[in-house]
Amino acid sequence: MNTHVSQGQVEAVLVQTPLRRFARAFSQSRLAMLGLVLFTVIALAALFAPLLAPQNPYDLMQLDIMDGRLPPGSRSATGMVYWLGTDDQGRDMLSGILYGLRISLLVGVCSALVAAAIGTTLGLFAAYAGGRIESALMRLVDLQLSFPTILVALMILSFLGKGVFNVILALVIVEWATYARTARASALRERRKEYIEAAICHGASPLRILFGHLLPNCMPPLMVIVTIQVGRAIALEATLSFLGLGVPVTEPSLGLLIANGYQYMLSGKFWISFYPGLALLATVVSINLIGDQLRDVLNPRKRS
Amino acid sequence: MIGWLARRVVQAIFVMLAMTVIVFIGVNVIGNPADILIPPDADQIERARVIAQLGLDKPLWEQYASFLWGVLHGDFGKSFVFGEPALKVILQRMPATLELALVAMVFAVLVGIPLGLYAGLRPNAPGARAVMAISILGFSLPSFWVGLLLIMLFSVQLGWLPTGGRGETREFLGMHWSFLTADGLRHLVLPALNLALFKISLVMRLARAETGEVMPQDYVRTAFAKGLSEGAVIRTHVLRNTLIPVATVVGLEFGSVIAFSVVTETIFAWPGMGKLIIDSIHLLDRPMIVAYLLVIVVLFIVINLVVDLIYASLDPRIRLEN
Repeated sequence: MNTHVSQGQVEAVLVQTPLRRFARAFSQSRLAMLGLVLFTVIALAALFAPLLAPQNPYDLMQLDIMDGRLPPGSRSATGMVYWLGTDDQGRDMLSGILYGLRISLLVGVCSALVAAAIGTTLGLFAAYAGGRIESALMRLVDLQLSFPTILVALMILSFLGKGVFNVILALVIVEWATYARTARASALRERRKEYIEAAICHGASPLRILFGHLLPNCMPPLMVIVTIQVGRAIALEATLSFLGLGVPVTEPSLGLLIANGYQYMLSGKFWISFYPGLALLATVVSINLIGDQLRDVLNPRKRS
Repeated sequence: MIGWLARRVVQAIFVMLAMTVIVFIGVNVIGNPADILIPPDADQIERARVIAQLGLDKPLWEQYASFLWGVLHGDFGKSFVFGEPALKVILQRMPATLELALVAMVFAVLVGIPLGLYAGLRPNAPGARAVMAISILGFSLPSFWVGLLLIMLFSVQLGWLPTGGRGETREFLGMHWSFLTADGLRHLVLPALNLALFKISLVMRLARAETGEVMPQDYVRTAFAKGLSEGAVIRTHVLRNTLIPVATVVGLEFGSVIAFSVVTETIFAWPGMGKLIIDSIHLLDRPMIVAYLLVIVVLFIVINLVVDLIYASLDPRIRLEN
């Protein structure tokens, strides 16, 4: 720490709220800002897909099988332009992608948040309880993390079967351990600090200490992990759906759209797989860019 | 050392037992094997006969005991699809997967370490920045989509490499290998590259980070101070210390490469274990799924054990006893 701070600098630091300081540090990286903008656009596009999409891809009445596998820029009989072409059922790819983004983001965000809630609670609890409970929980975490996520998710889905809910459940089961480990590590570090001692002296209940004092101070690393895990979950869901184990055909996510185009790729009809993949890539890259910068900004070792 | 190994083996046995319980519950409690195994048009009498034959009318613990007894004798049941013992079918497919994973790992190390070392030694060079940017892309690219693009480019458009399959194989040590024939190698390039992509980024980033940590150390400064050339310092002091964590991660990632080969094998129709499990799940080949899961658990326990041993032999400071 720099102890030779002049009076003016101290005042300048004091008027900054933590949020403002965080925002300024975050916006230092142009790449991260690009990621943030890109992600905002994607999220908005997914949110307002019913308003933006030229066609409802789930409504079979609107699909014309005669328009199947048209290249990008073709026109339908009604004069609508298929900007990104159509798939084998005559579904407008642009509409399919916008709706697919909804499923992908829903699965990614939901699973990451639920896993974060469960994992963090267990991690904090383990750090606070200590002893046998802690070692048993952490053994479980180690065991779970020694198996690749895709394999565990594959096992779970081979028992549960397809479905949006099942995919979220499988992702929660594979992700909670990461949060538990991080939460425990930060909680162990924070526990030794004086404010926790002060809280105990004040007679605060264990619950209050866990969630009122420990949790807020463990948030920075957890936020980084949530961000990165959202991206991972989206990619994993796409992979599982591509393998035919994820979401059902009636609610195609990006991964399933890519899978649908797989067989036509060999005959040169690239657009059915290519554009959903591009959308998936943009989503995951934007999230990773944000996550990378968050890691740098929130890392106490790198904070100046 | 021996005590540590014994403890690890005991631990591994417990993990295995726990896994058999989970797999058993997954198959017999969450899914109903009777629905999977009995044809839907079977009448009541036929149903009852099959249930009795499979022992599904017995209490669960008894079913589990007989399941475990079978597993201990290497009997995972017969595959519905192949009509052969499930374990045998899996072991037949294993060399193809191991070959693919090994070649992918070699790619990752040969490309990742030099690039990472370069980026770590010259962190501000434009080349190093480009390497890092590409590695972010490597992390974000959905590997199955990249696989499709590789086929699209190299097989469909350029026509240089085949779209899938193992090509010609040659027998060596009683197993069939693709890398021993020119045709097999041609088939191997795309899937291995696809599988390696993520790992290249990972090894690259790790090698860079480790180089960055090692360079400011006193022993590096001492080495320079006593007049060693940069090449010699890098070879004998930097690289050696950088390699410890890299080797660990490469070992640990070997398991993940085998897991991800599920995806690559499906795309490139590579006839390994991964494609087998996906096909089995789609065909509801239950004995096959169970056998695969247990085989993969054993494989992972062995890999983790080997990684710990390698780790200890690379860094003598690590005491296995602890």
